[in-house]
Amino acid sequence: MASHTSAIEGHGQHEGSHDPNLKHHFENAEQQKETATLGMWAFLLTELMFFGGLFLAYFVYRHWYPVAFIDASNKTDVLVGAINTTVLICSSLTMALGVHYASKGNRKLLVMFLVLTLLLGGIFLGVKGYEYHDKWVHHEIPGEHFECHGCRDAGHASLFFSLYFGMTGLHASHMIIGFGVLLVLIWQAWKGKFTAKWYTPIEIFGLYWHFVDIVWIFLFPLLYLIDRVGKPLL
Amino acid sequence: MITATAPVIEEKNYLNAEHGLKSWLLTQDHKRIALLYLMAVSVFFIVGGFFAVLIRLELATPAGDLLDSNTYNKVFTMHGVVMIFFFLIPSIPAILGNFLLPLMIGAKDLAFPRINLLSWYVYMLAGILGTTVLLTGGVDTGWTFYTPLSSTYSNGYVVLTAMAAFVAGFSSILTGLNFIVTVHRMRAPGLTWFRLPLFVWAHYATSVVMILGTPVIAVTLFLLMLERGLHIGFFDPAYGGDPVLFQHLFWFYSHPAVYIMILPSMGVISEVVSTFCTKKPFGYTFIAFSSVAIAVFGFLVWGHHLFVSSQSAYAGMVFSILTYIVAIPSAIKVFNWSATMYKGQVRLETPMLYALGFIGLFTIGGLTGLFLAAMGLNVHVTDTYFVVAHFHYVMVGGGVMGYLAGLHHWWPKMFGRMYSRTWSMVAAGLVFIGFNLTFFPQFLLGYMGMPRRYHVYPPEFQVLNVLSSAGASILALGFLIPGIYLTWSLKYGAKAPANPWGGVTLEWQTSSPPPTSNFDVTPVITNEVYDYTNQEVPHIG
Ligand SMILES: [Cu+2]
Repeated sequence: MASHTSAIEGHGQHEGSHDPNLKHHFENAEQQKETATLGMWAFLLTELMFFGGLFLAYFVYRHWYPVAFIDASNKTDVLVGAINTTVLICSSLTMALGVHYASKGNRKLLVMFLVLTLLLGGIFLGVKGYEYHDKWVHHEIPGEHFECHGCRDAGHASLFFSLYFGMTGLHASHMIIGFGVLLVLIWQAWKGKFTAKWYTPIEIFGLYWHFVDIVWIFLFPLLYLIDRVGKPLL
Repeated sequence: MITATAPVIEEKNYLNAEHGLKSWLLTQDHKRIALLYLMAVSVFFIVGGFFAVLIRLELATPAGDLLDSNTYNKVFTMHGVVMIFFFLIPSIPAILGNFLLPLMIGAKDLAFPRINLLSWYVYMLAGILGTTVLLTGGVDTGWTFYTPLSSTYSNGYVVLTAMAAFVAGFSSILTGLNFIVTVHRMRAPGLTWFRLPLFVWAHYATSVVMILGTPVIAVTLFLLMLERGLHIGFFDPAYGGDPVLFQHLFWFYSHPAVYIMILPSMGVISEVVSTFCTKKPFGYTFIAFSSVAIAVFGFLVWGHHLFVSSQSAYAGMVFSILTYIVAIPSAIKVFNWSATMYKGQVRLETPMLYALGFIGLFTIGGLTGLFLAAMGLNVHVTDTYFVVAHFHYVMVGGGVMGYLAGLHHWWPKMFGRMYSRTWSMVAAGLVFIGFNLTFFPQFLLGYMGMPRRYHVYPPEFQVLNVLSSAGASILALGFLIPGIYLTWSLKYGAKAPANPWGGVTLEWQTSSPPPTSNFDVTPVITNEVYDYTNQEVPHIG
């Protein structure tokens, strides 16, 4: 039976069993951390393909109906969009600082930066809600009551808004999930669960948060900035 | 053999380590989760099979006498949805893959045990949504959900069905994610990539398709739900959209999904053929890389489903050539399995019978795929029974035969019991005969022009349809018998030794059934893979 393998006695023992964060099926903390990080990167690949379908639809339709997309896009509020973009970039900074202070084992600063990230994420979602409400008031939600005043190709302008709601909606749902996870992490950080030796959840959540931000960095120009040159901002 | 005079102390294993419903529903042991999947997937196989029976009963006569056309539409839709999303996609990866992957790489568990359990609950949630659709009246769009039928005209519960498929997709993403990370990070010391069993290579390639393809169908179904439920249009021309875009997005996943169903089977066949020939698989590296090649090229051929959907002839030509190319790695596998058997001592045990069946049927399925890849011929047989026969040869003749081969191969390992050798061979024969009788006539029907998805047909097609329905009843019997003797074996089967077939991969070196932690000591691998030099051929029967 042992002809193909030899065994090192005690190799599979819980050498680090005093470490409460080491799961039983890992050999050591390093393997556990690498595993979690790779898992998050693989998950982000999935996410990339998830958004990818919407980006494909966007590019196909924009290529076919450029005039409709210009007119419909110019109805978005570029100033509000730009403010929200800034808010989100700042939240990425606070998140990165949170990870930094987690690695230093500084509990207070970690909690502070996580709370700041939460606040900025909340502001982003609030502003997004304001924009949605604005679209609702102006009948710019696709469907039976859709109107696009002054649009040269109103028939296809609704496609732009379908994509606008599909893309920003999917993005916002990722923000909401991130918001929920952040609440848990803040509570855990406050309780002192993370140490300079073990802060993997903070680090891989950081990856997720940055990914969601990067998606927005692409959404903002695609949805708000088409053919804005020489036109008034508001 | 030990005579049962002294009281036998039951060895601790993953099955008797803990008792009670809670110990199963909250387990993080990959082996127990595999069994949870086995039960759920088997139920859905019976449900999907029930719809298949209804279809074959209706088609026994030319007139639409058993089911009216609306009901028939719902029946074939539910057959497809249940069999694809709830049986074929999870079957081998979530059951056999889940059970074997950690064992084969000498790990204690998958990388993320809790996510593994979560994937089962997500699958069950999808199952509840799907069952709700079944019980409240069904859906009639076909499993392909083509717009604008699905988004505007269908009478069924499209949103709920799409939601079920959407949720089931996340279960398969979680499984794929877990497998990829496990293969990268959890291998035992000394187990290099080129010492991995081919089953592991196949599952790695499958997992890549799962995590890159499934999110695309998810977002497509998400858009379909928005269009149907909230009138936020993407595909319906009434909203300015293009229904062909739906087809592109749908097939970008659904062609690779065929490889989610077939690649794990190929992994099973590689193991079974090697074990029962007591030989290293011929061209190990070629088989390993052909799995990866199938996963990669599988993403580039979706346009062959759109030859008649207003796709340009030039795009069609590219997709046609790429489809021919993707056949090459599949053929490499078939040639390598044959070469492994050549001049080998082939032991005809039940798993090997299924493996031989797989090789024959998959070859027919694959070669008729080449017919369909030819644009001119494709136009003639588009949406006919030729296509139906082709994909059943691949998905049942390939996917299900591989699943049965694997189930019979590793059943002794999973449950520590042997099943009836005679009955299992009878069943394997019935499945092979019944399958061919069911689906070969459908090639002829399709070539003669019988379209799919109709419940009435001209009387001259009746002979072949009756043959097909007769074959289906033999096939049903062939699926029923294993259900009986496998269940029987759990209580009455002879105790299985650790290595009943003389396999050399790591899972055979632990006890049957394995202990909860898989290995008493972490194995350290010093030999090359499939080294049979010291392996005795066991006597069975
Ligand atoms: Cu295809």
